[in-house]
Amino acid sequence: MAENIFITEETIEGADDGPLAGRTVAIKDNISTADVRTTCGSAMLEEYVPPYDATVVSRLKEAGATIVGKANMDEFGMGSTTETSAFGSTDNPAAPGRVPGGSSGGSAAAVAAGEADLALGSDTGGSIRCPAAFCGVVGIKPTYGLVSRYGLVAYANSLEQIGPFADSVEDAAALLDVIAGPDERDATTREPEPNGERTSYAEAATGDVDGLSIGVPTELLEGADDGVLETFWDALEGLEDCGAAYHEVSLPSVEHAVEAYYVIAMSEASSNLARFDGVRYGNSGGYDGNWNEVFSAARREGFGDEVKRRILLGTYALSAGYHDKYYKKAQDARAWVKQDFDRVLDEVDVLASPTMPVPPFELGESLDDPLQMYLADANTVPVNLADLPAISVPAGETDGLPVGLQFVGPAFGERRLIEAASALD
Amino acid sequence: MSNDAVSPEEVRHVAELARVDLADGEVDQFTRQFADILEYFETLDEVPEVDRDADLANVMRPDEARDSLDSDEALRNAAETEDGYFKGPNVS
Repeated sequence: MAENIFITEETIEGADDGPLAGRTVAIKDNISTADVRTTCGSAMLEEYVPPYDATVVSRLKEAGATIVGKANMDEFGMGSTTETSAFGSTDNPAAPGRVPGGSSGGSAAAVAAGEADLALGSDTGGSIRCPAAFCGVVGIKPTYGLVSRYGLVAYANSLEQIGPFADSVEDAAALLDVIAGPDERDATTREPEPNGERTSYAEAATGDVDGLSIGVPTELLEGADDGVLETFWDALEGLEDCGAAYHEVSLPSVEHAVEAYYVIAMSEASSNLARFDGVRYGNSGGYDGNWNEVFSAARREGFGDEVKRRILLGTYALSAGYHDKYYKKAQDARAWVKQDFDRVLDEVDVLASPTMPVPPFELGESLDDPLQMYLADANTVPVNLADLPAISVPAGETDGLPVGLQFVGPAFGERRLIEAASALD
Repeated sequence: MSNDAVSPEEVRHVAELARVDLADGEVDQFTRQFADILEYFETLDEVPEVDRDADLANVMRPDEARDSLDSDEALRNAAETEDGYFKGPNVS
């Protein structure tokens, strides 16, 4: 396959029947699959074979889905292009020569190329929505706590959620129906409705937006590419023709979201990735010396540049003398972002913005300047800081390149997002 | 660049804390990149102090023994094992 979508191609059959019988699913390679290697796109885990399934994988199998492979990704989810993978970059099936976005680039590309009907990715700061936008498919980042993270190899556990990709909003919602809901193995999961009532997400894909009130945060339009903005406004006018109303709103806190996000994500990464020392699993390198020397050598060999950068910056941000300056301030910013979203979502039903401020980058264009890459996440990271649900849905094209529109809703308000997004299907 | 930009010595120190060996070239590259990134992080100084009233509840389960991964499975990804244990490098 020319696009380099999968790290491992392997068929795992599910139950004979169920809501996903006959459907094929690609799984991001940071989601554990029993007896099938799970690399996280890293040389560190090139030969790691999990002894157990992630909860979402068990649920897929029970629902009758057929898993077709482990999809390529930025190393440990750290990137927005899938180019930091130790297994090579993935080409964008919807825009050849361009990146598929990241970090769940292989998952989005699998759906866009027709290599799988559906896919699972994970979203820590936009890693489902960015590749969905760049590949012209639908991607959902669920509310924090809706989907179990048991078996997801942790990068920044206070921010990340597993979520679905599909060609249509209804199919993505049907996959969410299968994976959502409490899991005793992840204490951060809960019932989406206080009364424990379960409602179908797929049934919410009615395309009915009559009376829907949409807020457009002006801060998320700043600096966006002209062609992306044009496509975005055209899509909103289309929704207006169907009975929705939109107006601009302000979220001043999001001006600090990117730096808050990166401080928190890197800090959590520096702690979470401390487990990779080559003793229990992962690359050991077979070095001699005391444990500090051996671990340092194994980690030099196993990790790529972006992973090292984030581990080191996270260690720095948490170190004595800097903790209050960076980490504590970032937590303040996170609380501010949450309150800001709560305030505007009291006034409107959903928020809308371009998912990504730019069309897909050319392959190799953006690897040299990490800070420029981080800034491209401006529209997606605030949602993770606020623990809210969001969906990216194709809005059209600019110069033949896909443009995604992001809807953000209140916590556990996935049904409303699915309703709104399905009007653009 | 802010006056407390990170030095090559600090990058080496943090790398040592994080147990990641760096080549000399990597130290130079990271020192330059960290200066830009940390300068950007400085804008967090503009964030007001925020009342953080997290609405959290502890989640408990009964403290009952139950099956877990058996030791062969737990050990199967380890480079070295001995008598049912992981075997690591010398502590010092």
